Amino acid sequence: MRPSEGISESNPGYEIVARQDFSDTTFLLEFRHPMMARAAKAGQFVIVMSNELGERIPLTIADFDRGRGTITLVIQAVGKTTREMQQDCRVGSRLHAVVGPMGIPSHIGTSKKVICVGGGLGVAPIYPQARAHKASGAYVIGVLGFRNKALMFWEDKFRACCDELIVCTDDGSAGIKGLVTAGIAQALEKHADIDEVVAIGPPVMMKGCAAATRERGIKTVVSLNPVMVDGTGMCGGCRVKVGEDVLFACVDGPDFDGHQVDFDDLMYRLKRYVPSEQVALQRWQESCAIRSDAAVGKA
Amino acid sequence: MAKKKTIRTIPQERTPMAEQPAEERKRNFSEVACGYTLERAQREAERCLLCPDQPCVRGCPVSIDIPNFIQKITEKNYHGAYDVITNTNLLAAVCGRVCPQETQCEGVCTVGDSLEPVAIGRLERFIGDLAIAEGWSNIPYIEPNRLRIGVVGSGPAGMACAADMAKAGCDVTVYEAFHEAGGVLKYGIPEFRLPNAVVDAEIGKLIKLGIKFECNTLVGRLFTIEQMITEMGYDAVFIGTGAGYPSFMGIPGESLNGVLSANELLTRCNLMHASDFPKHDTPLQLGRRVAVIGAGNTAMDAMRVSLRLGAEQVHCIYRRTKAEAPARAEEIHHAEQEGIEFHWLTSPVELLDDGKRGVRGMRCLRMELGEPDDSGRRRPVPVKGSEFEFECETVVYAIGTNANPILGQTSKLKLNKRGYIDTDENLATSIMGVFAGGDIVTGAATVIEAMGAGRKAARSMKRYLGLRDTDVVYRPERTDSENTLFGIDLGERNYARLHEVRL
Repeated sequence: MRPSEGISESNPGYEIVARQDFSDTTFLLEFRHPMMARAAKAGQFVIVMSNELGERIPLTIADFDRGRGTITLVIQAVGKTTREMQQDCRVGSRLHAVVGPMGIPSHIGTSKKVICVGGGLGVAPIYPQARAHKASGAYVIGVLGFRNKALMFWEDKFRACCDELIVCTDDGSAGIKGLVTAGIAQALEKHADIDEVVAIGPPVMMKGCAAATRERGIKTVVSLNPVMVDGTGMCGGCRVKVGEDVLFACVDGPDFDGHQVDFDDLMYRLKRYVPSEQVALQRWQESCAIRSDAAVGKA
Repeated sequence: MAKKKTIRTIPQERTPMAEQPAEERKRNFSEVACGYTLERAQREAERCLLCPDQPCVRGCPVSIDIPNFIQKITEKNYHGAYDVITNTNLLAAVCGRVCPQETQCEGVCTVGDSLEPVAIGRLERFIGDLAIAEGWSNIPYIEPNRLRIGVVGSGPAGMACAADMAKAGCDVTVYEAFHEAGGVLKYGIPEFRLPNAVVDAEIGKLIKLGIKFECNTLVGRLFTIEQMITEMGYDAVFIGTGAGYPSFMGIPGESLNGVLSANELLTRCNLMHASDFPKHDTPLQLGRRVAVIGAGNTAMDAMRVSLRLGAEQVHCIYRRTKAEAPARAEEIHHAEQEGIEFHWLTSPVELLDDGKRGVRGMRCLRMELGEPDDSGRRRPVPVKGSEFEFECETVVYAIGTNANPILGQTSKLKLNKRGYIDTDENLATSIMGVFAGGDIVTGAATVIEAMGAGRKAARSMKRYLGLRDTDVVYRPERTDSENTLFGIDLGERNYARLHEVRL
């Protein structure tokens, strides 16, 4: 573990042991942290700072392997930090800081029949939940949403822990054509005894999932990922409206009752730093362009 | 022998400390107060009467032998002065800067009965800074005792406890959730009041004492307090995690973008270097006009940081008057000098949406003071029909914090009604071998109070572990003949004195 900058250097960071690219924007990183792998439970997240000048960003744990002593993250390169990680993180390179597991683990073991819904960047983090529900003896129906077949990943992992798997694509190139809500509707039609729906993905998707189950009053758990700094309850940047309460996603969540969450508020709050994020991204892209020009010049 | 000093023979005026001019400093992050020069420290040290009563020592939460270290300064024995301070306080450069001396040592100084009190804090800082510059670190000879101590939190409480246990010969590991050690000294107190380099230098001394710092470790979630005792082999654990969960008021508009806690603002700026965005990735978007709610030290820090980040106007909104403001008088004075506008007896009732989910202002009420409340301060009551609107684009909450819930969620530690850790008078918690102190026990307080709690817990821990008060012996550092008195080497004298004190 890394002590304070410039003091003693007993650990130079957290070693990346595997990387896999699922598409132009989505990639997997597996890093070594045996203690964290032992402690991690479904539903928890980590905060990563990829380099010394970096931001602290929350990422939901996509998998943990106690035998190998590793934690897996699946990252979508959308902003400056994640694009830089896509460019810089290689097998053998190191993440500057990783802290976790954080947040209250998901509640597993009381529901007998569960639909686990993952859409877009939520597909990976729903995996540990599906696996944990299966391990607790529940009947698990997986519903995964992708834009198209080319972006699909981990179908085999989900098949291994789901009793049924419904894949939804926007263009119908795999599974059924439509959003994950179409998949939920299909599962609900077939099963009248669903105890719980767990949904992870973009806020608008989770909002749709909560709407799909509200009428039938099915318990719907969503995992929120607002802007955070410390992740320990200290800054309050991640506060979310849940029913009458204002709660901190980092220590009061990240799982909340989807029927109580104010998703519109969450979506607005996710845009808090958009102007700065654009500045950072633009500046980074320019510096990348200069570097690649220089490289071409040299060649 | 020098003539006995009296109140009439000492320099009458308190020796001023050079400061950056307000107009200049309010746009940079360099330290406001520049510290004493050798000459000024000498002059100020002369003002101490060395009175036999020594109220200052009793006024100090860690009982530094203040007259003794000041006397050493007058003797130009600066290393000796440092030895005296480090006997009870390893963090002289920090405490000299951030302690509220006016309510502690200086508040009860005998000189202060008729003149301005001796500037004890400035003298302590002078010695602390000199020690860092000269590389003094007073590493005592410690006989290891094979006991292992785990400390949770690397802020002032944790550091103080860790230092005492390490000096007692224990193998100490300090766990920190952030990527850098220092706790509130790093993320909270801004660079212009306490440079991070000073904090790092002080932590460096603790590392030299053999203390290990493990960052990126969220105790409770990575492993529990119980596991530290049962599986990880710690003989005792100290919890000094601070309070931290920031409060909001629950008025409409608090979720608007542009509303944040002082903790978020300070962490982004101090720890994550948002002032250096986009070189550092962490942003902090402040509006042209920033309103900070609250008038404690954290509020002052948030306001002065906002100013330095480029805010054109910074306003302080407080529902009571200046007399009730919890901030140190010096901090309020500095903030006033820098052009912060204070709105006393003002309370926000609603934050106003600019139509794009940002803030365009706040609606406030004028208050007046009524009868005293439980805290003994006069309760502010709204003046009927006094509502008015006030324009600003950023609103910062600095109205205090609640207990952090993580250890309560993950251990069987007994908590009190307010969610803080319950301890007995010796700071022992409900779990055998686990002690706690600082803000996580008392709620928000000061750096030196947290350090005092850390030291108190260390004393209890030593009793619990059956450790006798250890004999700390500093190695004599200088043996050159110039440093002798009646043929006795000053280093030797130092050695002998410490023996004398400790035996």
